[in-house]
Amino acid sequence: MAKRGKKINRSGVGNLASNLFLILVGLFMAVPLIYAISNSFKPMDEIFKFPPDLIVQNPTLRNFSDLFVLMGNSWVPFSRYFFNTLFITSVGTFGQIILASMCAYPLALYKFPGNKGISKMIVTALMFNGTVLWIPTYMIMAKLGLINTYWAIIIPAFGSPLGMYLMQSFMSQIPRSLIEAARIDGASSFKIFWSIVMPQVKPAWLTLMIFSVQYLWNLGATMYIQSESLKTLPYALTQIVSAGIARAGVSNAVAVIMMVVPIALFVISQSNIIETMATSGMKD
Amino acid sequence: MVMTNEQKLAAPAKKRSFFSSWLAYQGREIRKNKAMYFFMLPYLAVFTVFTILPVVTAIYFSFTYFNVLEPPQFIGWDNYVRMFTADDLFMTAFKNTIFFAAIIGPAGYLMSLFFAWLINELSRRTRAFMTLIYYAPTLANVYVVWKIIFSSDQYGLLNGFLLNSGITLENIRWLEDVSYIVPSVIVVLLWSSLGTSFLSFIAGLKNVDRSLYEAGAIDGVKNRWQELWYITLPYMRPQLMFGAVMSITGAFSIGDQVTALVGYPSQDYVAHTLIHHMQDYGSTRMEMGYACAIATLLFLMMMFSNKIIQKMLSKVGE
Repeated sequence: MAKRGKKINRSGVGNLASNLFLILVGLFMAVPLIYAISNSFKPMDEIFKFPPDLIVQNPTLRNFSDLFVLMGNSWVPFSRYFFNTLFITSVGTFGQIILASMCAYPLALYKFPGNKGISKMIVTALMFNGTVLWIPTYMIMAKLGLINTYWAIIIPAFGSPLGMYLMQSFMSQIPRSLIEAARIDGASSFKIFWSIVMPQVKPAWLTLMIFSVQYLWNLGATMYIQSESLKTLPYALTQIVSAGIARAGVSNAVAVIMMVVPIALFVISQSNIIETMATSGMKD
Repeated sequence: MVMTNEQKLAAPAKKRSFFSSWLAYQGREIRKNKAMYFFMLPYLAVFTVFTILPVVTAIYFSFTYFNVLEPPQFIGWDNYVRMFTADDLFMTAFKNTIFFAAIIGPAGYLMSLFFAWLINELSRRTRAFMTLIYYAPTLANVYVVWKIIFSSDQYGLLNGFLLNSGITLENIRWLEDVSYIVPSVIVVLLWSSLGTSFLSFIAGLKNVDRSLYEAGAIDGVKNRWQELWYITLPYMRPQLMFGAVMSITGAFSIGDQVTALVGYPSQDYVAHTLIHHMQDYGSTRMEMGYACAIATLLFLMMMFSNKIIQKMLSKVGE
């Protein structure tokens, strides 16, 4: 018997090599983010220093305060971009979780005509994405009068096939006996959904949340929105960055503000996300 | 089989009654499950309007000339013919899209699998930490940083390092020089290519039944590579399928990431993709019919690659 905890088929040399490699590539992954954080705390003279330092020497909060001054003077106040992104992200994410759960519930747990066909359609929809179809989508939105409103971004987010697919896969593992028992007790299908199924799929909510936030929070300029006062935080970021290296400190400050939210959410919900992704597999 | 005359005559009638009773059964089932359809209604409404309808619309307009001001005119296959015969920039975009997809798709997919596999060997806490490190680029998605790393003066991290250590003697214009644009873009795309498939692999690997490894060792599996090919990969085939779909779809829609890095249009159109070309015709030139034809083509390329890869993956571990 192999010793407890020790894995079979593993050599010490192999483990060493693989761990070294993981650390090396991990550095490649982490350096740009560390550099961004470090830059956001650099005073001007450190940004224009040769050779550049990866890590800041005399950290300052100057860039963050400059950012607020800069954005306060702009035509559209910074707080407005921030609010836009916050609003789009929270409403879009919340709606997606609710709509996807409601639709996943019958598809995952009941048999009825159309079930298989609808499930198949959603899987097929994973094979292409919205970027490709933005022109016809634009035409449809124009017809519906959604152009230049928050809803042009929010409503399509409700219909995310990925979120729906993950929710359905995760719900499928709820034991049918639980549903049957509740039904025999006389619970309505809404009650079963709300008080039995929903609490069981908490990991899937968190997973949908992270994917949705990741997309909506990072969403920059889109064709669907033209008026300045409805534009998002990443759009404001690209405007600052276009001023070049002189604004490097400030633009990295925005970058840091931008990355904190999705990374923090991921850290909090990581184990739930992995639990959900375990059911993400496709049957052939 | 031999049929008597009587049976032959009875057969079609039987079929008809089978069909009508099937219909009646379906009707009963639909009525019985009425509540289920109400649950699905909101999502399916959005899905229909923003996923199915755009596909149909794109296909329809791809056969028309439509400039928004006048009503669309039906022109048959003209848009498709024009792409491949009369639009040089389209051919550049087409080649670039295939080139990016052929590199970023497989490389991103294999990197996701490989690193997920290495990370899976670690202890619980280190595993969570490494998962975060490798997934962070997808979460953060900040191309700003790369613009500063690749900055064309000596204050950029890369030029600064190369000049200081004497590897290069003058600044390289990473994002403006035509010979460096594509490699620089690829580095950044690879950096952020460990996405949804990576998380799916991490989860799939974690859930492989441990006892299979012991059984495999008895059956003569000698090292970690054999174990991966004969036991792990076949076991996580569903995740491999899902990951492939995510990687392929992402790889064909490269465009906005490139714009964020090198601007639009890129120098000499070296990084011009179909997404750019479609945006150009759809928003600047207002040739919606042509833009829709490009969209339809991209859509078909994605579907086709996905189907092929699904076929290939069903052979893993055989």
